[in-house]
Amino acid sequence: MEILGTQAPDPAGLGPATAGPQAAPAPPAVDPWTDAALVAALIAVDPAGLGGVALKALPGPARDAWLAQVRALLPAAAPLRRVPLHVTDERLLGGLDLAATLHAGRPVAERGLLVEADGGVIVLAMAERVGTAAAAKLGMAIDHGAVRVERDGIASVTPTRFGVVALDESVGPDEGPPEALLDRLAFHMELEGLRQRDIGEALHDADEIVAARALLDRVTIEDQAMEALCGAAIAMGVPSLRAPLFALRVARAAAALDRRTAVEQDDLTLAARLVLAPRATRMPPPPPPPEQPPEDEEEEEPPPPDDGEDERDQQDDEDKPLEDRIVDAAQAAIPANLLARLMAAAERKRRQGILGRSGEQRKALTRGRPIGSRRGDPRAGARLALIETLRAAAPWQPLRRAEVQLWEDSGRAPPRVLVRKDDFRITRFKKRSQATIIFAVDASGSAAIARLGEAKGAVELLLADCYARRDQVALIAFRGKGAETLLPPTRSLARAKKRLAGFPGGGGTPLASGIEAAHLMAEVARTRGETPSIVILTDGRANVTLEGIGGRARAEEQAKAAAEGLRVIGVSTLLVDMSLRPAPKAEALAQAMGATYMPLPRADARALSTAARSAAQTAE
Amino acid sequence: MALAFPFSAIVGQDEMKMALLIAAVDQGVGGVMVFGDRGTGKSTAVRALAALLPPMSVVKGCRFNGNPASHQDYCATTCDVRAAIDAGTAMETEDAPVPVVDLPLGATEDRVVGALDLERALTQGEKAFEPGLLARAHRGFLYIDEVNLLEDHLVDLLLDVAASGENVVEREGLSVRHPAKFVLVGSGNPEEGELRPQLLDRFGLAVEVTTPKDLETRVEVVRRRDAFERDPHGFLATWAERESGEALRIRDARDRVQEVEVPAGVLNTTAKLCMTLGTDGLRGELTVIRAARALAALEGDVEVDEGHIRRVAAMALRHRLRRDPLDESGSTVRVQRAVEEVLGVEA
Repeated sequence: MEILGTQAPDPAGLGPATAGPQAAPAPPAVDPWTDAALVAALIAVDPAGLGGVALKALPGPARDAWLAQVRALLPAAAPLRRVPLHVTDERLLGGLDLAATLHAGRPVAERGLLVEADGGVIVLAMAERVGTAAAAKLGMAIDHGAVRVERDGIASVTPTRFGVVALDESVGPDEGPPEALLDRLAFHMELEGLRQRDIGEALHDADEIVAARALLDRVTIEDQAMEALCGAAIAMGVPSLRAPLFALRVARAAAALDRRTAVEQDDLTLAARLVLAPRATRMPPPPPPPEQPPEDEEEEEPPPPDDGEDERDQQDDEDKPLEDRIVDAAQAAIPANLLARLMAAAERKRRQGILGRSGEQRKALTRGRPIGSRRGDPRAGARLALIETLRAAAPWQPLRRAEVQLWEDSGRAPPRVLVRKDDFRITRFKKRSQATIIFAVDASGSAAIARLGEAKGAVELLLADCYARRDQVALIAFRGKGAETLLPPTRSLARAKKRLAGFPGGGGTPLASGIEAAHLMAEVARTRGETPSIVILTDGRANVTLEGIGGRARAEEQAKAAAEGLRVIGVSTLLVDMSLRPAPKAEALAQAMGATYMPLPRADARALSTAARSAAQTAE
Repeated sequence: MALAFPFSAIVGQDEMKMALLIAAVDQGVGGVMVFGDRGTGKSTAVRALAALLPPMSVVKGCRFNGNPASHQDYCATTCDVRAAIDAGTAMETEDAPVPVVDLPLGATEDRVVGALDLERALTQGEKAFEPGLLARAHRGFLYIDEVNLLEDHLVDLLLDVAASGENVVEREGLSVRHPAKFVLVGSGNPEEGELRPQLLDRFGLAVEVTTPKDLETRVEVVRRRDAFERDPHGFLATWAERESGEALRIRDARDRVQEVEVPAGVLNTTAKLCMTLGTDGLRGELTVIRAARALAALEGDVEVDEGHIRRVAAMALRHRLRRDPLDESGSTVRVQRAVEEVLGVEA
C-alpha cells in the first residue's frame, strides 16, 4: 500500500471520492468498447476454460448490447441460461421433479440450471447480492466440471462445463460479488459510463469463433511466456494462482481468434491487460527491474537448486524485456484510482458478512433445523416434505382410486399414487435468531480513559464467548463531537481485535449521539432478523449536544429524549455506570431508557461480560 | 467424472500433503482440517489422495462397506447380506477401493444419514432403507469442501456420528443403526465464515495453506495445472510411476505403523510440550504421538524421535489452544514457540 501511495500516477484519483467512473479521469489507452467486444469473443471461444466475466454495469443499452454480442457469438446450440438471485437449490443443482415423480409413480430427477447450461453460459443476475453459500456451490461446480447432487433421495454426479456472466449492479464501492466467485472468473470488466454512441459492432463473427474453437487445442505457448505472465502477476500484487492460469488461457484464446497456433507477445499483453490489471493490488515496481522477481514479502521457500539457478539467470536475461513489456501494457490498464478501490474492497470485505446474511434472510423458510412438517403450499418457497406428503396421501389411496375409476371408467390405469392438494406437507424450520450485542462506550475525558481498557476487555471476553454461541458483537464509541462505529456487528475475533487496538479516547461527552447510534444499529439488526441487545457504558453526564456543540443543559435534555426513544423500540438494554461513585444521573437515564441499571465503580472486564450475557439472555 | 490431478504432482504445500498422508496411514488420527487461501489446491489434494489408498476387503454385496474381519462391524441391522450370513450362508469377500466420499453443500439430511428408499416406496409400496453418505464413507474418508458453510443441522449430525462411530436412523418409521467410522476431512477459507470451535476440535490435524509467493513455485503450479488440463491422460501417464511409488509408501507404512516404537523420552517431551501450551485434555498429546508414529512409518523409521514430534506438533496442536483474546500472535507461532522452548531451537 505504501508503494501505491507514492507511485500512483494520478493523485486526483486517490482522493476520498468514490470509485465511480467519474473518479477515474485518466483516459483508458484502449477504447472501452473494443475491450468489451474482445472479451465477448474470447468468452465465446472458451466459456468454461475462462470461467467468465464479472460485468459491473447498471442495466442499460450498453449491457444489453454486450450480452447480445455474447449470445450471437456463441454457437447456436450452446445454451444461455439466466439464473435469478433467489434461485432454489433444487432449480440450481437439480433434485426431485415432483410433478414427474407423482405422474410416473417412481422418483424422477430434475436437471438443474447448471447442468442445463453445459457447453454454454449462465447469466447470474444481481451477482453482488449472491451469498457466500450460493457462490460456494457455483464454485464447486466450476472447479469439478460437474454437479454433485445429494438431495431428496437423489444421488447423482452430472458433468457440466459452463461460463458465468455475473451481472454486478452494485452502485456503492462497498458492494460486489463474493470473492470466491470473482476469483473463478477470468475477466473483471466495467461498462459503466458507456453511452449509446460508445456501443460498437462486434469485432468477430460467429464463423471466426467456430474457427478459433477448432484451433484452440493446438495453440502452443512457450515456457518463457508462462514465466513472464506469472512474474507480471507477482509484480502487480495478484496473489491468486488462478489469475496467471486464466491469463494463459486468454492468451491462447486470443491467438486462436487470430488464427495462429502459437502465442505471441500481443496475446500476452492483451491477457495481462484484461486479466491481471483489474486484479492489481499495487502498481508494478518502477524500472529498472530487479534481478529477483519483485516481492514485498520475504521469501519463504529455500533458494532453488544450483543447476536451476544457472538456468534461471540465463532465462532472466532473455525474457526480462518480455515480462517488462507485459507489465507495461497492463499498467496502462490499471485503474488510476487504485488506492480508492483497494480501500473500498477492504471495506467490502469487512461488511461482507452483513450483506451476505441480509441476502440469505429471505431463505429463512428453507433453512435451519427441521422441526417437523405442516400442511402448506410448497410453491411459496417452502420445502416440500415429500415423505410426509406421501404418508398423508397413502390412507386415501383405495378410496381415490375407486373415485377415479368411477369417473373415467376407461381402460387407462390410474397413477399409482393419487396426491391431492390437501396432502401437501412442507417442512418447518427453526432458525435460532442471531443475537447481536451492541456496546456503546463513553470514550470521553480522562475519567473514562481508565475504563476504556476494561470495556475493551469485556468486549473481547464476550466475543470469545459469542464465538462459541455464534452471537455477534458491535462496538460504538462516543466522544468529542459525536458517535463512531468502531466495530460493525461481527463474529470474527481476529477482526474485532484489530479494530479494538485503535480505540481512541478523550474529549467531551455526546451522550445523546451515542444512544442514538446504538438505537439505530439495533433497529438495523432487527430488520435483518437478529435479536439486538444494547450495553451502554457511561457515567450519565452529557456535555455535548447532538449538533456537536458544548452545553450541559441541552446535552442532558437530548440524552434523556434519546433514552426515551430507545425505550420505545423495546430492546433489552443494560446501562453500566462507569462513574467512580454511583451517580443518580446515570440511574435516571437507565430508568428513562427502560434499561437495567448496574453501578460498577470498579468495573472489571469479566464482571461486565457476565452482566452483558445476562442482558442478552433476557433479550432471547 | 473428470480425472483427478495426481497427488505427487502437487507443488509445495508440504504440510497439507503430510497431514493427508498421515491420515491415510493411521485413520485413527482423527480427521484433517485444511484452512487456507482460495486456489491453493485444497480440494485437489484431498481428491488426489483417493488414488493412492490401497484397496480394502469388504463383505461382498454389503452396502455398508462391511468389514469381514469384524463380525459386529460388517453390517447393519437391515442388511440382507448379514441376514443371509447369520442364516448360514458362507461369507464372500471382495476388494474395494477405500471410499473418499464428497459431501456437497446443499445436501439434504436424508441423503447424509440415509432414509426411506423412495423408489421402492413408490413403485412397490415397500419400506426399505436407502443408505446415505455416512454409510458409503464407512472405513474411508468423508470430505466436506467449504465445511464452514455447511448448514448447522448437518454439522451437528456429523459431529454426533463422528464421535460415536455409529449412525442411528430413527425416522419415517425406520429404525436402523449401522457403523459409520470415517476420517473427516474438511477444507475451507476462513474469510468466508468461521468454523465452530466444537467442529474444529473434532479434527485430529489442522493445517493452514497459503498461496506460494515465489516465482519458481508459482510458475511450476501453473505449468503443471496447464499441462494436466490440456492432456490429462498424458499427464497422468507421466506421473504414474511417482504415484505408484507414493501408494506403495502408504501401503508399507500402514503395515508397519503399529510396530513403530515410541520411546519414553519422546512421550515425556510431548507431555511437556502440551503442558507448556496448556491444551485441554489428553487428545492433543495422543494425536501428536499417533501422527508422529505415522510419519515415522512413512519415512521407514522404526522409532519415533524428536524430529518427528517437531514436525507434527503444529498440525496436531494449533487448533487446540485455548483462545486468548489478548494474545495477538497466531496459534502456529505459539506452537512454534513452545516447541522451541521444550525441544530447543532447531539446528
